[in-house]
Amino acid sequence: MAAAVRIFLLVLLLLGPGGWGQAEPPRDSLREELVITPLPSGDVAATFQFRTRWDSELQREWVSHYRLFPKALGQLISKYSLRELHLSLTQGFWRTRYWGTPFLQAPSGAELWAWFQETVTDVDESWKELSNVLSGIFCASLNFIDSTNTVTPTASFKPLGLANGTDHSFLRYAVLPREVVCTENLTPWKKLLPCSSKAGLSVLLKADRLFHTSYHSQAVHIRPVCRNARCTSVSWELRQTLSVVFDAFVTGQGKKDWSLFRMFSRTLTEPCPLALESRVYVDITSYGQDNETLEVYPPPLTTYQDVILGTRKTYAVYDLLDAAVVSNSRSLNIQLKWKRPPENEAPPVPFLYAQRYVSGYGLQSGELSTLLYNTHPYRAFPVLLLDSVPWYLRLYVHTLTITSKGKENKPSERSPQPAPPPPLPLHVPQHLSSQGYIHYQPAQDRMQPHLLEMLIQLPANSITKVSIQFERALLKWTEYTPDPNHGFYVSPSVLSALVPSVVAAKPGDWEESPLFNSLFPVSDSSSYFVRLYTEPLLVSLPTPDFSMPYNVVCLTCTVVAVCYGSFYNLLTRTFQIEEPRKGGLAKRLANLVRRARGVPPL
Amino acid sequence: MVDTCFLSQGLTTLAGLLLLPFGSLAASQIEDQAEQFFRSGHTNNWAVLVCTSRFWFNYRHVANTLSVYRSVKRLGIPDSHIVLMLADDMACNPRNPKPATVYSHKNMELNVYGDDVEVDYRSYEVTVENFLRVLTGRIPSSTPRSKRLLSDDRSNILIYMTGHGGNGFLKFQDSEEITNIELADAFEQMWQKRRYNELLFIIDTCQGASMYERFYSPNIMALASSQVGEDSLSHQPDPAVGVHLMDRYTFYVLEFLEEINPASQTNMNDLFQVCPKSLCVSTPGHRTDLFQRDPKNVLITDFFGSVRKVEITTETLSLQPDSGVIESRNLHTVFHSGCTNLHFHQQCTRVLFTCWLALVICCLLKMGILTGMR
Repeated sequence: MAAAVRIFLLVLLLLGPGGWGQAEPPRDSLREELVITPLPSGDVAATFQFRTRWDSELQREWVSHYRLFPKALGQLISKYSLRELHLSLTQGFWRTRYWGTPFLQAPSGAELWAWFQETVTDVDESWKELSNVLSGIFCASLNFIDSTNTVTPTASFKPLGLANGTDHSFLRYAVLPREVVCTENLTPWKKLLPCSSKAGLSVLLKADRLFHTSYHSQAVHIRPVCRNARCTSVSWELRQTLSVVFDAFVTGQGKKDWSLFRMFSRTLTEPCPLALESRVYVDITSYGQDNETLEVYPPPLTTYQDVILGTRKTYAVYDLLDAAVVSNSRSLNIQLKWKRPPENEAPPVPFLYAQRYVSGYGLQSGELSTLLYNTHPYRAFPVLLLDSVPWYLRLYVHTLTITSKGKENKPSERSPQPAPPPPLPLHVPQHLSSQGYIHYQPAQDRMQPHLLEMLIQLPANSITKVSIQFERALLKWTEYTPDPNHGFYVSPSVLSALVPSVVAAKPGDWEESPLFNSLFPVSDSSSYFVRLYTEPLLVSLPTPDFSMPYNVVCLTCTVVAVCYGSFYNLLTRTFQIEEPRKGGLAKRLANLVRRARGVPPL
Repeated sequence: MVDTCFLSQGLTTLAGLLLLPFGSLAASQIEDQAEQFFRSGHTNNWAVLVCTSRFWFNYRHVANTLSVYRSVKRLGIPDSHIVLMLADDMACNPRNPKPATVYSHKNMELNVYGDDVEVDYRSYEVTVENFLRVLTGRIPSSTPRSKRLLSDDRSNILIYMTGHGGNGFLKFQDSEEITNIELADAFEQMWQKRRYNELLFIIDTCQGASMYERFYSPNIMALASSQVGEDSLSHQPDPAVGVHLMDRYTFYVLEFLEEINPASQTNMNDLFQVCPKSLCVSTPGHRTDLFQRDPKNVLITDFFGSVRKVEITTETLSLQPDSGVIESRNLHTVFHSGCTNLHFHQQCTRVLFTCWLALVICCLLKMGILTGMR
């Protein structure tokens, strides 16, 4: 009897809250990963990824309770009717030639691009307010984003999340190459993480180690994703990524060994209690299963194999939620030791990389050149190149030349035909690859920059050079920065391409797999999507000498005083003869007194 | 045993009666305390910290501002109430041998940049226009909250400026200046709009005293690192970093502030003595004629910290002007709960002293009784 009563009470308790018809709060989950990749040049790249997924439809429901998803970003999405937001702050440059294709590259400085919902009436107004709010949240000068550095790309950027249609008038893209990244940008970024920097992988985020690196990039990506396989409802995904490249030779005293403690000055102690998954992946591809060249300590319990960026890679996996991993010493310090020095072989060259430079002499004209390298032995593939050049470099589009292997390679100028809406989000419009595509929007002084987007076919095993000549404009004296002799920055070019894979990827559950596969899903597994950025360029403009107004005033006043004053004196003064004064001291004193009184002397 | 208890009780009452005058003194102090508690000067604290110099060789100005930021944060003012403006980035400058650090003492003893810094106005945003807009509150509507000075008429504001200056002006980023007249007018606008209760203005530049000569609004206290005609000098270079790390005046102010904690009773007169001519080479100056309170009654934490006035008591306190009732009740209060009022720092020392004196006399009497008993 007592047991029956107890069971009844238990059932009542379980049904109670649900039984009244209250909706349960939307579920959210956090997955955190750290991928450590030794790079071919001897440096070590560490990439953090924190994915917070929230099963809530922010646009339709009124949300009052935020748990793992940060409130600052949730309110941003609902207030500005955002569909997607991508913000990155980067210091340094990813050298694709020596380091390989990156998981996710970002241009130097600050990059912000956003897709707005179709319900937004004034996209420019929302864009301006959004950049102001983000400048307050991330302590960056994003309020300098205005119409002079914002462009609306038409082909290079497609929505990375769910999208009904792709009307490019709801997309805005801006880059601030001059933006500095330092601890004040890392602090609010860390505060958005559910475990802040107290537990889990985020304890490794110490500013004085993270900024002592060759490349530091932190980013926030927000996009809507399907909640289930049938895609009946929408969830929001927030991805916070941080990539750093440590110069191992500096930190490792000449050896290529590394350890977590040496890189981050911290070790891992416990997973974030709020995390669903908390894993560390170490790339052990190049060195196979034998332990003769190198040794990873502590030995991994599992390994993971997948096709990442077109090649098959093997990773040693350390799962922090698995008690066996962190059991003994309560701290996990992953180390890699080289048993014998590796042979000096040429590092593998990625299939696509680019370089950009300014040439010319003097302060009147110059030439912008971009070199695109396709090192694949037999496959040619197209690349979408996006160039955004500030208005004060006046481009002459008739001088645009594209040459590959010495021959001219002009993209056809036919306008692209409208394509049927693709079932999955595509990142390079494949229907355009057979035709040419070129879109040019000229600059308007002080209002908008140049925008040049082209689809270029890169022949196999070739270098393609895209060059265009420009002339420098003279700015008004109030438009110069306080340090104009430093130069003015040109934002990096964006290259979007589907690069052929060495190994075909097997289609899997993209959302669940780690390691950035899920950020750029592609329907065709024989190639993978990559977005590369070139270096930002520094261009000197003719700068006036700002001390000249002061110099002119001084000089003019001196000349006027000397010349005119002398003439005036000559013309208006009368001359009198004065007798030399004779007399003793008394007379001189008396004369002094008389002079003081204003009376003629004796 | 009963006898001794009775005797000790009797002597305690005697001691109590002897201490009645002390008690009444304490009672009036409690009354003052209570009155002052409800007539408090300020309820919140803000800080506007500005570094106006650009370029690597002006590292010391950024270090100056960051050391004041560090002290102010340590003493309780949160980031949301601090507007920090740094005209150039020194920590992640390519010329900094230790990235993400700004040192104030040589041999890299103290990193004033820290791990938790939030800079509101950076780089090209630090202009005269933005500074005046922050002070007067006339900012565009799209400015985020962290970049606004949302003070009210009960706010105590600390304004610290450093950079290169001259007689009557302060240079911003080597391209524009703010004059002392503009600054005085901005403070008058703040007064008219009731944007501050009391304002402390500290400036560390050459000829800094010229910047506060023209103030005419009430409740402003000003300090400067040098008089008109004098230069403020820098403190010490560091061979690893390669530049001078701090200015002398702010270096000694930082050392002074490191001794302060949120409960300390140090007042402004101590701050005026901080850097004598022997250490600073220039003569620091101050101006208090516009300030209503006496500087010796003004605590450092009134401006540099964010100390909340909290009174914790287990007794009920009657605030009627009936002195008889207050005396007897407050005598009790003095012995039992007056000594636990730790947060009322202004009058607490006097109450504590009275308390301590009473207890000591009690103990001595008791000991006397006990020894006498043997």
